[in-house]
Amino acid sequence: MSMATTAPTRRPRVNLAMIAPVVALVVLVLIGMALNPNFLSYANITNVLARSAFIGIIAIGMTFVITAGGLDLSVGSMAAFVAGLMILVMNLLTDSMGGGLPVILLGVALALFAGLAAGFVNGILITRAGIEAFILTLGTMGIYRSLVTWLADGGTLSLGYEMRELYRPVYYGGILGISWPIIVFAVLAILGEITMRHTAFGRHCAAIGSNERVARYSSVAVLRVRLMTYVLLGTLVGIAVVMYVPRLGSASATTGLLWELEAIAAVIIGGTLLKGGFGRVWGTVVGVLILSLIGNLLNLTDFVSPYLNGAIQGVVIILAVVLQRNTGAAR
Amino acid sequence: MTDPVLALNGVTKSFGPIEILHGVDFALHPGEVHALIGENGAGKSTTMKILAGYLDPTGGQVTWQGKPVAFKGSDQAEDLGIIMIHQEFNLADHLSVDQNVFLGRELRRGLMLDHKAMRAQTAELLGQLQCRVDPGMPVNRISVPDKQMVEIAKALSRKARVLIMDEPTAVLTERETEVLFAQIERLRGEGVAILYTSHKLGEVKRIADRVTVLRDGTMVRSDLTADVSEDDMAAAMVGRELSDLFPQKTFQAAEPILEAQGITVPGVVHDASLTLHRGEVLGIGGLVGSGRTELAEAIAGLRPRSGTVRLKGQDLPGNDVAQAMRAGLVYLTEDRKGAGLLLDKSLRENLTLGQLDRFGSPLIDRKREETALDTAISDFAIRAPDRDMAVGDLSGGNQQKLLLAKTLLSDPQVVIIDEPTRGIDIGTKQQIYALIARLATEGRSIIVISSEMPELIGLASRVVVMHAGRIAGELVQGAVTEGNIVRLAMGMDGHEKDSAA
Ligand SMILES: Nc1ncnc2c1ncn2[C@@H]1O[C@H](COP(=O)(O)OP(=O)(O)OP(=O)(O)O)[C@@H](O)[C@H]1O
Ligand SMILES: [Mg+2]
Repeated sequence: MSMATTAPTRRPRVNLAMIAPVVALVVLVLIGMALNPNFLSYANITNVLARSAFIGIIAIGMTFVITAGGLDLSVGSMAAFVAGLMILVMNLLTDSMGGGLPVILLGVALALFAGLAAGFVNGILITRAGIEAFILTLGTMGIYRSLVTWLADGGTLSLGYEMRELYRPVYYGGILGISWPIIVFAVLAILGEITMRHTAFGRHCAAIGSNERVARYSSVAVLRVRLMTYVLLGTLVGIAVVMYVPRLGSASATTGLLWELEAIAAVIIGGTLLKGGFGRVWGTVVGVLILSLIGNLLNLTDFVSPYLNGAIQGVVIILAVVLQRNTGAAR
Repeated sequence: MTDPVLALNGVTKSFGPIEILHGVDFALHPGEVHALIGENGAGKSTTMKILAGYLDPTGGQVTWQGKPVAFKGSDQAEDLGIIMIHQEFNLADHLSVDQNVFLGRELRRGLMLDHKAMRAQTAELLGQLQCRVDPGMPVNRISVPDKQMVEIAKALSRKARVLIMDEPTAVLTERETEVLFAQIERLRGEGVAILYTSHKLGEVKRIADRVTVLRDGTMVRSDLTADVSEDDMAAAMVGRELSDLFPQKTFQAAEPILEAQGITVPGVVHDASLTLHRGEVLGIGGLVGSGRTELAEAIAGLRPRSGTVRLKGQDLPGNDVAQAMRAGLVYLTEDRKGAGLLLDKSLRENLTLGQLDRFGSPLIDRKREETALDTAISDFAIRAPDRDMAVGDLSGGNQQKLLLAKTLLSDPQVVIIDEPTRGIDIGTKQQIYALIARLATEGRSIIVISSEMPELIGLASRVVVMHAGRIAGELVQGAVTEGNIVRLAMGMDGHEKDSAA
């Protein structure tokens, strides 16, 4: 067909909401440097990063779930449950097999599988039984929390001494002076960002979160993609647990407490829309760093009591959402 | 002549660096129906939004009763009695019809809402519009034309001095359009100034007293309707003479490609069967709500159904769009905003959404996507001021063109198009008709569902007419006339079949 066509040009677009998290992060770092010379020290930075890796890994999965218009409140308890289960089984295996590397490998496989299965259960009930994600995961949150308490008989599940020594390097070791949790977090973040931006799965997540009906009419397998987001999140919870267990070598009813809130907060601070339709993994990484730097700064300085950590994080979250609402629209 | 109530003087409007309106002068008089016409993206909706306080002009002046005003938002304009019905629906989906009609102006008795009175008044307004929708029904469960009637009811419920309607009839059938026109005439009699836009020039000729033509953001002429013909209007809009609207029909008998047998969708479609041949353009006519859309969606795998659908002799499973699309059958929805396009995403993301596997796996090849978008923009004459803009900011007609491009991207053998030219200007309409004809000559088969009689008659060599969820009859070649279609659609002489073959 021949017809008059305007030739649209592309112009770069700088959006406040787009760069706000980065600005906030830079400001935090500058404040930290001004207040405490130790802030940028190698030890402090690696410490902050390694501690934020667990939440960070989970938050990557949460980014997909939220982008596709879902939510998962159960990840903190899920992590505790998977950790408890892993320790329990590893202890049993040590008794029967006599310990060693195979036990660790089996334990790791179990944690990954348990995470995947738990995510699958959430996803299948949300997509096939049509239960609201908020309600369902509120339910499974209580279930997993109670299961780990029961497994630990109200106390703490601890990995046997020998196993603990063998497994320790997974948290404390590393290469080139970078510890494993940081490396795993970084690799997963990069993979996550690529998946979100450059694969059909990421596109489909955003489409479903933006308008589920349009996605369905465009022959996107809506239910399957949704289910996959929960399975992915569950698997990442499994990976986070694999990195977490060697740190303390134990799990109890308070393991992973409030992780779900921190993960969701990191996602939202990073610029992913809470109502779905747009998500970015690199933003989530920035969000995770902002949250852990706030805590770290309060610990390093004595201006503000560290007890106010939660309050300051709360303010940041509210600011992030306000910013989202005022800019919104297209990207 | 009376003094204008509301006018624009040299109004310009820019979005970012791009100027959309270049000095528009324009006046609305009490008791006058003024039509604003122009191509898709000419700036009609933008002009109307400025008049109704939804947008600020970048330059120039809005005057109210001769005095300059700068509305602080649409609320202020509404208080003066300037009411606008938008091109796209502005209804809260989960609220009921009556809650929508009174949204923001709820009736109260003491501290409590007066539900009874609101429901009664809504029922009365809908009655005036001969719309049979239940006021207690949530809006997301009523049909597209009924939504439009609710929008109109909402506007009528306010005391309008200026009523602005952006393509109110685009989604209405002729009968509903008549009802609307009766209301417009009543309001004109009461001295309301009415601004109206439509791509149906016949309607403009009938209802408007004055017609103003906008082309690329500039006013090109303004005349009394009595002084211009439809052809004049079309020529002024597109800036050239238009040849025949409909292309030559070329269909010759060929083998069947799509056979739907005994399709039933509980409550909406009963035992409907149809056959489509290779290279054929088949029309489906019928009143809105007669089950046309539901039948099409059932065939395309978008709804659970009973009955069989065979494409090239191969059975298609029910309720599986992806399978239907892979087999070469696609459906273009009538509900552009609700089911067709992601309004907050870019053109590119919308275009390729259903076909991402063709653009590289596992990673999507951005370059190929951009090339596909280039092709779509030129093939379908999509006018987008900025290629990265959100689709929701495109003019309505350009959204429709993008939806067409998106649907045809999979290179389908069978295309079901529901209301192909809704909201599309006459120049583009001609292009879309030519495209449909070209698809047919290439050996593809097309089903066109339309509420516009001329469209069915002009495009289809055979028309199936639905009434109350059933196929009321089939008309072939010479028998495809307005009278016959209407008779079948109304449920009269349902036994007639193949009256001429
Ligand atoms: N918010 C916006 N940002 C950028 N461009 C916009 C915005 N709103 C409208 N436009 C552009 O302004 C131009 C005029 O749009 P408008 O909606 O007024 O057209 P229209 O005459 O109503 O067309 P149609 O017949 O298709 O409804 C279009 O090119 C459109 O893409
Ligand atoms: Mg418009």
